[in-house]
Amino acid sequence: MARSLKKGPYIDFRLEKKVDALNDNGKKNVIKTWSRRSMISPDFVGHTFAVHNGNKFIPIMVTENMVGHKLGEFSPTRNFRGHIAKKDKKR
Amino acid sequence: MARIAGVDIPDVKRGEIGLTYIFGIGINRARKILLEAGVDVNTKVKDWSDEDQVKIRAIITETIKVEGVLKSEIQLSIKRLMDIGCYRGLRHRKGLPLRGQRTKNNARTRKGKRKTVANKKKAVK
Repeated sequence: MARSLKKGPYIDFRLEKKVDALNDNGKKNVIKTWSRRSMISPDFVGHTFAVHNGNKFIPIMVTENMVGHKLGEFSPTRNFRGHIAKKDKKR
Repeated sequence: MARIAGVDIPDVKRGEIGLTYIFGIGINRARKILLEAGVDVNTKVKDWSDEDQVKIRAIITETIKVEGVLKSEIQLSIKRLMDIGCYRGLRHRKGLPLRGQRTKNNARTRKGKRKTVANKKKAVK
């Protein structure tokens, strides 16, 4: 179910503060974050986030198209490489 | 024979059903369109007067996206998902369900016909 519009988008407060600070200074640092649940707001565009996927941080360059999605959507938590190939099929 | 939004030629059906032959119009929209055009939902398509048809056509072209336009829009939004590399985009690429359904079994709509993988061969000799 979608979030009520009345509440506005959810962004972790601490993350928002960090982005604002970077915007004020005009800097572009990589922001490490665990906050996969945060919505990407228009302020985030152009910044790089390292989003935790439970194992490591996946760097994400935020573009305009990504606004409105959550950070976690870009940092896959599962890694399925496919089923084990048969030996005789390889040869 | 009524020809609305390009290719569609519904005919002996009731108006509200006939309109649903157009991609992008379901029963709900069909009813709304006919209500706005002042045509009874129960009149058959062949009984529409020319004025009715003009009105219906105008409403469809002005207010909603149908057929090719709609299809290309859908494709564009899918492409957008794939380009930004989000989870839903990845699932589209792999041809798997997007909304967290199980894929251990079922999910045949997305995965297509079963591709049987041959069993391991028994060791002979």
